[in-house]
Amino acid sequence: MLLGRVIGTVVPNTLVEELSATPMLWVQPLDKQGEKEAGEPVVCADPTRMAGRGQLIYWVQSREAALAMEPWFVPVDDAIVGLVDEVRNYPDTELAR
Amino acid sequence: MILGRVTGSVVSTIHHPVVEGRKLLLADRLDQDGKPTGGYLIALDAVGAGMGETVLILDEGNGARQILEDDEAPVRSMVVGIVDDIELG
Repeated sequence: MLLGRVIGTVVPNTLVEELSATPMLWVQPLDKQGEKEAGEPVVCADPTRMAGRGQLIYWVQSREAALAMEPWFVPVDDAIVGLVDEVRNYPDTELAR
Repeated sequence: MILGRVTGSVVSTIHHPVVEGRKLLLADRLDQDGKPTGGYLIALDAVGAGMGETVLILDEGNGARQILEDDEAPVRSMVVGIVDDIELG
């Protein structure tokens, strides 16, 4: 799983039936601080249905993305697993001990 | 499996049911010398790993689902061991 931020929504006109009820969001992958951009944006399905623009989230890719969906046997590549309340990075001084 | 180092955690209240009651760890990916490669991942904790520990991370979905005993868990990475020492032959 990786961190990402929702930067927009995608409104499909026609979609395979299994995906038609799930929101599709633009997600910018982020570094482990949840601050800097890390890679190209992807379109993520949002089975939580709760993420909005600006929301920090974590998401899975490939087969695991399909498993996050309900029903799960659907054609998706990327899916949001949860919304992030807080990212805690331990300080380097603590890690060096 | 890959080597990682626990550098933080992610707090989340709205998530897939499989994450409920489990800890999400942020871990740096390490090379064979124990140096960070620059990549990171978010893994579920199965062993109680803590801050700064070098850990063994299972990065494969079917194994993770076996540990979770849930055939439909959308999880690929799990911390499955704590490493004491790495020796290169």
